[in-house]
Amino acid sequence: MINRLTQMFAHFILLLGVLLMVIPIWLAFTSSTHDNVTLITEGMQWYPGPLFIENYDEVLNEKGGFSEEITATGMLINSFIMGLGIATLKVIISMMAAYSLVYFRFRLATPIFWFIFITLLVPLEVRIFPSYKIVSDIGLTNSYTGLVLPLVASATAVFFFRQFYKSVPDELLESAKLDGANSWRFFIDFLVPLSKTMIAAMFIFMFVFGYSQYLWPLLMTTDEKYWTVVMGMKLIYVELYEGVSLPRVGQRFAYIILSIIPPVLIVVLLQRWFIKGLIQTEK
Amino acid sequence: MSFINLKNVVKVYPDGTQAIFNSSLSIEKGELVVFVGPSGCGKSTLLRMIAGLEDVTDGEIDLDGNRINEIDPSERDIAMVFQNYALYPHMSVYNNIAYGLRSRGIKKLEIEAQVTNVSELLQIGDLLSKKPGQLSGGQRQRVAMGRAIARDPKVFLFDEPLSNLDAKLRVQVRLEIKKLQRKMGTTSIFVTHDQTEAMTLGDRLVVMNKGVMEQVGTPMEIYYHPKTKFVAEFIGTPSMNFITGSIKDKTFKASSFAIPAKYEDKDDVILGVRPEDISITKATTGVKCKVELIEKLGSSTVIYCVDMKENQLCVSTQSRASVEVGDTIHISTNNKALHFFDRETSKALTK
Ligand SMILES: Nc1ncnc2c1ncn2[C@@H]1O[C@H](COP(=O)(O)OP(=O)(O)OP(=O)(O)O)[C@@H](O)[C@H]1O
Ligand SMILES: [Mg+2]
Repeated sequence: MINRLTQMFAHFILLLGVLLMVIPIWLAFTSSTHDNVTLITEGMQWYPGPLFIENYDEVLNEKGGFSEEITATGMLINSFIMGLGIATLKVIISMMAAYSLVYFRFRLATPIFWFIFITLLVPLEVRIFPSYKIVSDIGLTNSYTGLVLPLVASATAVFFFRQFYKSVPDELLESAKLDGANSWRFFIDFLVPLSKTMIAAMFIFMFVFGYSQYLWPLLMTTDEKYWTVVMGMKLIYVELYEGVSLPRVGQRFAYIILSIIPPVLIVVLLQRWFIKGLIQTEK
Repeated sequence: MSFINLKNVVKVYPDGTQAIFNSSLSIEKGELVVFVGPSGCGKSTLLRMIAGLEDVTDGEIDLDGNRINEIDPSERDIAMVFQNYALYPHMSVYNNIAYGLRSRGIKKLEIEAQVTNVSELLQIGDLLSKKPGQLSGGQRQRVAMGRAIARDPKVFLFDEPLSNLDAKLRVQVRLEIKKLQRKMGTTSIFVTHDQTEAMTLGDRLVVMNKGVMEQVGTPMEIYYHPKTKFVAEFIGTPSMNFITGSIKDKTFKASSFAIPAKYEDKDDVILGVRPEDISITKATTGVKCKVELIEKLGSSTVIYCVDMKENQLCVSTQSRASVEVGDTIHISTNNKALHFFDRETSKALTK
C-alpha cells in the first residue's frame, strides 16, 4: 500500500517535470500556427491553428538581413554545419589528445594535461579579441573554417576521455600489443569502439555548444551568407522596433520551433547508440 | 644454444623497487618451464620482461638466437594468457581469436580455417558469436587459450591462468594445458604460486624467492634435493618439518633426539624432514610426541604433534592411523630422507 503511494508520488513528480519541460515547447508550437492578430489580442494559443504551412513557409523562405541574402533555411544550414564541424573535430582532437596523454608516458604528460585543463578558465568570450585578430589576420573571416576552428579545442572533452582511458585495464593494451597491434591500431580497434558511448555523449554536448554560439559568429561574419540561427533570432526580434505594421509573433514562434529541430535531431539519432552503450555495460 | 636465454637479467622498477636480481636461465625448445614462488617474488615481472611488456634494466634476453631486449612486444611472436584473460570486451569470441591473425596480415580464408581449427580443439565452437561478457569463467579461460594458440607463436606465456577457476576445473584445465602443450610442442612458460600446479605441469621448475632464482630443476630434483631451505619449505604439502640442532661426530643432535648425519661437524644446522617421510612406530624407540591436531584427508592423515622439547612436527601417513588428539605416539624416520641446511645461509649442506 505504502509502496504504491510512494510510487504514485514519484510518478507525479516525474510527470510534473515532463510537463514543465514540454509545455513551453507545445505553446510555442501551437502559437506558431495562428495569425498575428489572434496572438496579439488573445495571447498564446493552446491548440494548433490553421496557419501552419503559411507561417513556416514564410519563415523558411523569406530573405532577411540588410542585403537580404539569407533565409532561415540558410541560417539553419549554417548553424548545422557549425555545430557538426565543432562537435566532430572536438571529439576527434580530444580523443587523440587524451590518448597521447594516457598511453605515451612521456615525462611532461601530467603538466601538459593540467595546462590543457587550465584553458577551461579561458573560454572563448574572454579571449575573443585575440582570437578574432588571429582569425582575421589569416583571412578566415566569413568562412566555415573560421567559424569552427577557434572552438575545436576542448579541455572538458580531453578530461572526460582521459578519465575513461585511464579506467581501461592495462592488460587490454598489453594483450593487444602481443597480438601485434601498434598504437594506431589499438586506438582504432580498441579505444574507439570501447568509448562509443562516451563519443556519443560528447558529440551531443559539443554539437549543442557549437550550435548555440552567438558572440563568435556575430563577430566573425560580416557576410550575411554565413549568419547562423542564433544570430537570426535577434534579427527576427529587431523588426519589432521598426514598426512594420503588426509584429510578426506567429512567425517568430515558427522560427524558434525550427531552430530547435537540428539539436533534437542529433540527440534522437545518437540517443539510441548512447542508450545501447549504457545497457550493455561491457567491461 | 637454447631457445630462450636469460643472461644476468636485472629488473629495477622506476620507483626503485628491485624485483629481479641477477638471474640467468636457459630454456630448451618445446620445454614447459614453470616459475613458482610466493606472491611478490617477481614471477610476473620476469614473464613480462620476456613478453616485452617491461623493460629489462640490465642483462640480456635471447629468443631463438636473437637478442630481443629492444624488440617491440608486437614483433616478438610471443602469446600470453593473462590471469584475468584480458579478452577484448567489444569483440565476439571469433574476433578475439582472429584479431592477432588479422593484424599479421593473414588472409581471410586462412583465418577462418585457423579459428575453426582452434575452436574445435578447445571445444568452443558454439561460442564463437558470443561476447566475452556472456561467457562463464571457464569458457573465458578457453577463449584466452584459443587466442594464444591460434597464432601458433614461438612461445606461450601463462601468468596464473587458472587462479580464477574453481578447484575442480583447475585440475581439469591443468591437464588440458599439459596435453595441448605436448601436442603443439610450443615452448612455454607458466607462472603460478601453487606448488601442486607447478609440480604436475612443469618439465622443469624455477623456484623463485624475493627476486632470486633459488633453484632450477625437474620437479623430482627439486622435491628430493632442495638446494635451499626456502625451496624445501615451499615445495610439498604439508610443508617440511624443520628442527634446529648441530652436527658432531657424524651425528645430528637436536634438543630431544639424535640421528646419524654424514656431514662435517657444524653448529647451527637445520634438519628438514618431509611429513610423509616420518612414520609412527609401535616400538618406543622413536621420538616421543603428543598429538595436538589431526586432519583426515581420506587418502592420507596429517597429524600435528609436539615432542617433549616443544618442537612442532607434522606427520603424514597413508594408513588409517587410529590416533586421537592427546595420544602419545612414537615416530621415526628413514635416514635417507633427511635434508640438512646451514642455518646462516639456508643452503643445503654438502658432504
Ligand atoms: N609497476 C611496478 N612498479 C614498482 N614495483 C613493482 C611494479 N610491479 C611489481 N612491482 C614489485 O615487484 C615485485 C615483484 O612483483 P611481481 O608482480 O613480479 O610478483 P609476482 O611474483 O608475480 O607475485 P604474484 O604471485 O602476487 O602475482 C613486488 O615486490 C612488487 O611490489
Ligand atoms: Mg604475478
